[in-house]
Amino acid sequence: MSGTKKLALRQRYEYLTRGLDWETTYQPMDKVFPYDSFEGIKIKDWSAWEDPFRLTMDSYWKFQAEKERKLYAVLDSFAQNNGQTTISDGRYANVLKLFLTGISPEEYQAHRGFAFTGRHLRGAGARVAAQMQSLDELRHLQTQVHTISHYNKYFDGIAEWPLMHDRVWYLSVPKSFFDDARSAGPFEFMIAIGFAFEYLLTNLLFVPFMSGAAYNGDMSTVTFGFSAQSDESRHMTLGIEIIKFLLEQHPDNLPIVQKWVDKWFWRGHRLLGIVAMMMDYMLPKKVMSWKEAWDIYFVEAGGALFQDLGRYGLKMPKYADIATAEAEHISHQNWAVFYQYTHAAAFHTWMPDNEHLDWLSEKYPNTFDKYYRPRWEMWAKMEKEGKRFYNPALPQLCQTCQIPMAYTEPGDPTTICFRSTQYKGDTYHFCSDGCKDIFCDEPEKFVQAWLPVHQIFQGNCGGATVPDVLKWYHMNVGADNMDYVGSPDEKLWNEWHAEKLRQAG
Amino acid sequence: MTVQIKTIDLEPKRNTFAHVARRLGADKPASRYQEATLDVQATENFHYKPLWEPEYWHYDTRKTAVVMADWYKPLDPRQFYYSTYNIARANMNQAAEKNFAFVDERGLLTKASAQAQAAIRRGLLPVRHLHWGSNMNMAEMTQRGYGTAVTAPCIFSAGDHLGMAQYVSRIGLLLDGQTGATLDEAKQTWLNDAAWQEIRRLIEDTFVERDWFHLFVAQALGVNGVLLPFMYKKAEAAWTDAAMPIALLTEFMNDWHAEEARWSDSVIKTVAAESDANKALVSEWAKTWIARATAAAKPLSAALLNDDGAAAAAAGAEALKKAASLGLAV
Ligand SMILES: [Fe+2]
Ligand SMILES: [Fe+2]
Ligand SMILES: [Zn+2]
Repeated sequence: MSGTKKLALRQRYEYLTRGLDWETTYQPMDKVFPYDSFEGIKIKDWSAWEDPFRLTMDSYWKFQAEKERKLYAVLDSFAQNNGQTTISDGRYANVLKLFLTGISPEEYQAHRGFAFTGRHLRGAGARVAAQMQSLDELRHLQTQVHTISHYNKYFDGIAEWPLMHDRVWYLSVPKSFFDDARSAGPFEFMIAIGFAFEYLLTNLLFVPFMSGAAYNGDMSTVTFGFSAQSDESRHMTLGIEIIKFLLEQHPDNLPIVQKWVDKWFWRGHRLLGIVAMMMDYMLPKKVMSWKEAWDIYFVEAGGALFQDLGRYGLKMPKYADIATAEAEHISHQNWAVFYQYTHAAAFHTWMPDNEHLDWLSEKYPNTFDKYYRPRWEMWAKMEKEGKRFYNPALPQLCQTCQIPMAYTEPGDPTTICFRSTQYKGDTYHFCSDGCKDIFCDEPEKFVQAWLPVHQIFQGNCGGATVPDVLKWYHMNVGADNMDYVGSPDEKLWNEWHAEKLRQAG
Repeated sequence: MTVQIKTIDLEPKRNTFAHVARRLGADKPASRYQEATLDVQATENFHYKPLWEPEYWHYDTRKTAVVMADWYKPLDPRQFYYSTYNIARANMNQAAEKNFAFVDERGLLTKASAQAQAAIRRGLLPVRHLHWGSNMNMAEMTQRGYGTAVTAPCIFSAGDHLGMAQYVSRIGLLLDGQTGATLDEAKQTWLNDAAWQEIRRLIEDTFVERDWFHLFVAQALGVNGVLLPFMYKKAEAAWTDAAMPIALLTEFMNDWHAEEARWSDSVIKTVAAESDANKALVSEWAKTWIARATAAAKPLSAALLNDDGAAAAAAGAEALKKAASLGLAV
C-alpha cells in the first residue's frame, strides 16, 4: 500500500491501526479468533471496513483529558455549592436513583462487552473502534458514579446500587437485557448494543435523562451529558458502520441481521418503558411526553434510517407498529406497576397532582382520560381515605423481558396481554408476541433466565416473606421505598426550602 | 469588613456508597478511585450462559486457576480511574509531542548514519507489532478477567499499547518521510526475519492462552518484563549515532514501563501472596514466560548487537530478579 508519496490522512490512520495487525502463523487464526464464525455471519473482506472515526490514541487522551478536567471542575463546584438544593423538586432525585441502579451498570456491561469485540472481531479496524468504545463506556460508568455520588450523600435509595442491580426484581429487566447481549456472539453484540442501542434507540435513552436534568436544574448530570455527547456520536458512527458492513459483505448476512434487529428493537422498546415512565411521571419539570419523543426519535428518525437501510434489503423491525401504538400506554402502565409495588422499589412513587394530570390529558388525548386518569383519581382518593393501594401478590413476569405482565392487548387497552408457549414440557409466559418470538427463536437461552419472582418462590432471595426479600435487597424500609410524601427525602427537601425562605427573609 | 456568604448548613446523611463503606470498615469519605472501582462489576444472579463459552458465566472466577477470596484485593497503587488515567497520559503525550517535534525539526533521524537507520528499521520498528499483540492481550484480560480492580487498568493498558504501537510507527514515518514505506518493510521483517520469529511465536502463543491470569503473568513478566526493556533499554547501542534521538522518541515507553510495572507488580505480588497454591502457579508461569522471552530475544540481540544474546540474557536476569522480589519462587 505504500509508495513514495506522503500518506493521506486516511492511509496514515490505517498504518497506525489495522496496519499493525498480521495474519498469525504459529497459531492458527481460528484459534486466535475462536468466536467469530458460529453465528453464521460471512465476512469476505475485512479490509473493506470503513473506519467510522479516526482517532489515534494520543488525540484520544488529549480530547478526553480535556473533557474530564472540565467535567470534574463542574462536579466539584456543584458539591461545594450544594447544587442538590437547587434542583426543581426533591422528587427529581428519584430519576437519578433509577439511572444509577438501572442504567449505569449497563454502561459497565457495555465496557466489558466492547472489550470482548475489541479483542475478538477479526478485523483490526473494527477492533480499534470497539476498544475505544470500551474505554468510553468505562468512562460513562465512572463519571456517572461520581456525579451521583454527591446525591447519595443526601438522598436514599442510591447507596446500594451494585447489589441492588444484581438482586432487585425490576432491575433484572436492564440486567437481563445486557446479559443477553453479553452472552451473544461478537456480531450479535455489535448489532444489539452498537447498532440497536447506541444508534437506533440512544436518543430515546440519553436525551430524556440529560434534558430531564437540564430542565430540573441538575447541572452536574447535564454537564456529564454534554461531556458524553462526543463519545456518543462516535458510538453512533460505529453502530451504523457495523450494520452496513455486515450487510455489504454477504447476502446471507441479511436474514441473520434482520432477526437481530427485530429482537433488539423489541427488547430495547421494552427496556425503554422505564424511560417512558421517568419522562411522563418522575420529572417534576417535563421535557416532552414519551409519545412525543417516540414520534420524533423513532417514528421519524428511525423511519428515515430504515428507509436508508432499505437498499440492503433490511426492513423496519418486526412489531414496530405495535411499539408505536404502545407509546400511548406504556408510561402509564409502568407507573401503575411501580405505584402498586412501591414497597418493593428503591425509589419513591406518587400520584400526579391536578396540574400533572392535565398535562397528561393534553399529551395523551386518545388514551389518558379514557383509561388512566380515572384510575389515578381513584387511587388518589383512596390515599386520602387512608387506604393507599398496595398490591401484596407477587406478579407474574414475562420470561423474556422480565417485566410484570401488565401490558395490554394491541388494540384493546382493557385486557392484559398474555402469551405462552411450551418448551420441553414446561409452559413459559410472555407479555407480548414480540417477547414470545424472541423466546421461541432461542428457547435454550431464555429458559435460563434468572426470574426474580421464580427465585423468590424457590427461596433464593432471603426468605419467603416480603420483609425477608427486602432485607436481602438491602432495602432500607421506610426510607428507600414507599411514597415520596412522608419520606425522609421529602422531609429533608422541605427543611432545605424552609431554610432558604428564612434566609431570604 | 468581611463578606458573609450565607449557606445552608448541610450535614450529609452518609459519606459514601454502602458497598464502599463496608470495604472501608465504616461510613467515611471515600476517594474517587474507590467509588469508581470497588464492587462495580456484577457478581451474582446472571441470566444466560455465553453462547461462545457456555462452561462459564461472563463474569466468572473460574476463568483462571488462581483463586482469590476477593478480587478487589489487587488494587491499583496508581489509583487510576478513567479521568486520572487520561490526564496522566495526556501529560505524558505532551512531552512526547515535544520530543517528536525536536527530532523532526532538527532532522536528527534522517541525518543519522545509514547504519543506524538500517538498525532502527530492522530492530526497532517491528516492535509496533509486539505492542499491537500486547494490546490484544490486554483487551482479552479486560473482557475475561474478574473484578474491576484488575480489569479497568487492563483496558487502560490496552490503550497504552496501541498508543505505543503508534509512537513506534511514527518513528518509521519520520524516517521514510511520511510515506509508510518503512512500516511495510517492518511488517515483512516481523513476519519473515529469522531474528524476530521467536518473539512473534511467543506473542502468538499468548493469544491462545485462555487462563486470563496466566496471560497477565506472561504479558507483565515475559513481554513487559523482558522483551520491552530489551528493546528500549538494552538494545540502545544498536542505534549507534541515533541512540539519542531514539531515547527521546521512546521516552514515553520507558516512563510508561516504570509506571505500568508499579501496578502489575503489585497485582502479581498480591495474588501470589494469597495462598501457597497461587504462589506455585504464578511462580511456574513466571519462570516459563521469562525463560521463553529471554530465549526469544536472543536471536534479535545477536543480530542487532552482535553480542551472542548477552543483552537478552541480561534483560532476562533482571526479570527473574524482579519476579523473586515479588515473592515468586523462580
Ligand atoms: Fe455509554
Ligand atoms: Fe455509548
Ligand atoms: Zn416481555
